[in-house]
Amino acid sequence: MAYVPAPITRPGDAASGAGRRVLDRLTSRAVVAPIAAVIVFCLVWEALVWANGWPDYVMASPSDLPPAFAQYWELFLVMGWQTLWRTVVGLIVAVIVGVALGMMMGFSRTMRDALYPLLVGFNAIPKATVVPIVALLFVGAHDFNTILIAFMISFFPIAVSVSIGLSTLEPEYRDILRSLGASQTTIFWKIALPKTLPEFFGALKVAVTLAFIGTNLMEIVSPHGRGLGALFDSGKTNSDYPLMFAVLIALAVLGILLYYIVVALEKVFAGWAERTPH
Amino acid sequence: MSDALIEIRDVSHTFQTKGGPLKVLDRLDITVSEGGFCAVVGPSGCGKSTLTRLIAGLMIPDAGEVWLHGERVRGPRSTVGMAFQNPVLLEWRTILKNVLLPLEIVPSKLSRKEAEDRARFLLSLVGLEGFEDKKPSELSGGMRQRASLCRALIHQPEVLILDEPFGALDAFTREDLWQTMHQVKEREPFTGVLITHDLRESIFLADQVVVMSGRPAHAQFTLEVGETGPRDLDHLYTAEAAEMLNVLRHQIEIAQGRAPAEATGPDGGERGEDVPAPPPGSAAQGVA
Repeated sequence: MAYVPAPITRPGDAASGAGRRVLDRLTSRAVVAPIAAVIVFCLVWEALVWANGWPDYVMASPSDLPPAFAQYWELFLVMGWQTLWRTVVGLIVAVIVGVALGMMMGFSRTMRDALYPLLVGFNAIPKATVVPIVALLFVGAHDFNTILIAFMISFFPIAVSVSIGLSTLEPEYRDILRSLGASQTTIFWKIALPKTLPEFFGALKVAVTLAFIGTNLMEIVSPHGRGLGALFDSGKTNSDYPLMFAVLIALAVLGILLYYIVVALEKVFAGWAERTPH
Repeated sequence: MSDALIEIRDVSHTFQTKGGPLKVLDRLDITVSEGGFCAVVGPSGCGKSTLTRLIAGLMIPDAGEVWLHGERVRGPRSTVGMAFQNPVLLEWRTILKNVLLPLEIVPSKLSRKEAEDRARFLLSLVGLEGFEDKKPSELSGGMRQRASLCRALIHQPEVLILDEPFGALDAFTREDLWQTMHQVKEREPFTGVLITHDLRESIFLADQVVVMSGRPAHAQFTLEVGETGPRDLDHLYTAEAAEMLNVLRHQIEIAQGRAPAEATGPDGGERGEDVPAPPPGSAAQGVA
C-alpha cells in the first residue's frame, strides 16, 4: 500500500572515487556558468573602455585593476578586514535588537501598535543624512560610529520579519502544545522560533547588504576614516582612479562573501523550508 | 452516571468581540461515557470549536463546569490529545520526531527507545510504516493527517479531541481514514469527541451524535447510533443509516432556523413524509 522508493544506484560509483567527484563538481553548470559570466562581463567592460578610448579618470578598465591591487594589497587586506568585522558586528547587534523588537511586536498587540509607527518613521529617514550627525556626535570613535550606522540601517527588516513570522503563527500550532500544558517559552523554542527562521533568513539576506552599505557610508564620510570606504576616499583625493575601481571590486567580493555566508547558514538552519519540485 | 468520562454541565460562554458581547454557548450539557465516541454536529459558527477548547482546558467557561474523569477542568491537562483540520506538523522535523513531540512536554515513563517504538507502532497502525524519516512536505494531505493522529495519541491520552480532522480531505481518503480511526480505537482505546460537518462521518464513527442548536448553542438533540466499535462502510447504505441521516438533517435544519423548532419528531415539519419512524435498534430521542 505504501510507496517505498527503490534505492538509487549509480553505475561506476565505487570505481571512479573522490577525484572523479571533485572533477564533476568543478565542471558542473553551477560552477562553470557564473565563472563564464564574470569573464564575459570583464571582456565587455574592457572592450567598452578600449573602443571609446576612455582615459583612467573617466573609467578604469579591468586590466588596470591588477596593478592597483598589487600596489596596495597590504592596505586592501587591512582595510578589507576593518570593513568586514565592523559590518559583521553591526549586523550581529542588528540581529539581537531586531529579533528582540520582533518578538515584542510579534507576541504583544499593544507593543506592535506602539512600536510600529516609530520603527517605520525611523526607517524612512535616509541613513545618509544620519551619517554626518553620528560622525559629529561621536567624533573620532570610528569603530563605534561605523557599527552604529551598520546596525541602524539593517535592523528594521529583521524586526519586521520576526514580528510577522510570530504573529502569523497558526493558533493550532500553539494549541497542540498548550493543550499539553507547555509554557509560552517552550512554545517559542519548539515551534515559534523554528517556524520563523525562513522569514528571518530572508530578512537577513537584505540586512547583510544594508549593513555593508551602512559601514561604507560611514567610512567614506568620516574624516580620517578606516576601512575600504576610507581607501576609496583617499583614491578620490589622490585622483587614483584605478584604486577607486579596485575598491569597488573588493567591496563586491566582500559583499558576495557575506551574502553567501548567510545563504549557507540558511541552508543549515532553515533548509527544511526549501521545497524540491516533485 | 459513574462511567461518564467527559461531563459538560450547564456551560455558557460569551466572547467579547468588537461588535459587542457574543454569546456562543447557552447551558450546554453533554456527557460522554468512558470509551465512548461522541460526534458533535451543528450549523457553522455555533461554538463547536469553542467546545473542544473547553474540554482541552484551553478556555474556561463563564458559567457551568467541565469535568474530565471526575476532575474539574481548570486548565490544560496532559491526558488530552488533539487533532485539527490543519495537521500542523512541524516541517523541520521528520514524521517520527513530529509524532514524538508531545512526549517532550508531557512527563513520560517511557525510555527514549520505548517511545520511539511506540511511535513506530502507531505509524504502522495508520499505514505509515516506512515514512518515519520523511519530512511532512513529502507526504500527501491524508498521510499528514494520519501522522497528526499518531501525534495526538503518542502520550496515551484518555480523551482524543478531533476538530474536523477529515474536513479538508477528498471523499475516498476520508472514508479510508474513517476505517483507520476504527482500527486505531480498537488497539488504542480512547474516549473520543469528534467535531464534524459530515453527517455520514458522524454516524459511521461515533456511537452518539449531538446536534448543537444555532448560536447561542445548547445540545438540541442527541442521537444514539446504537452501535459501538468498528463497522462496515456498507453500513452507511442501509435503510437504518438513511433514516438516521434524515433525522439528523432535519435537526440541523431546525438548528439553522430553516424548520420549525417544535417539529423534533419525524412526523412534524415540512419534509416529514419521507422520514420513517425510528426502528427499535436506534433510539433517537429529542432533548429539547
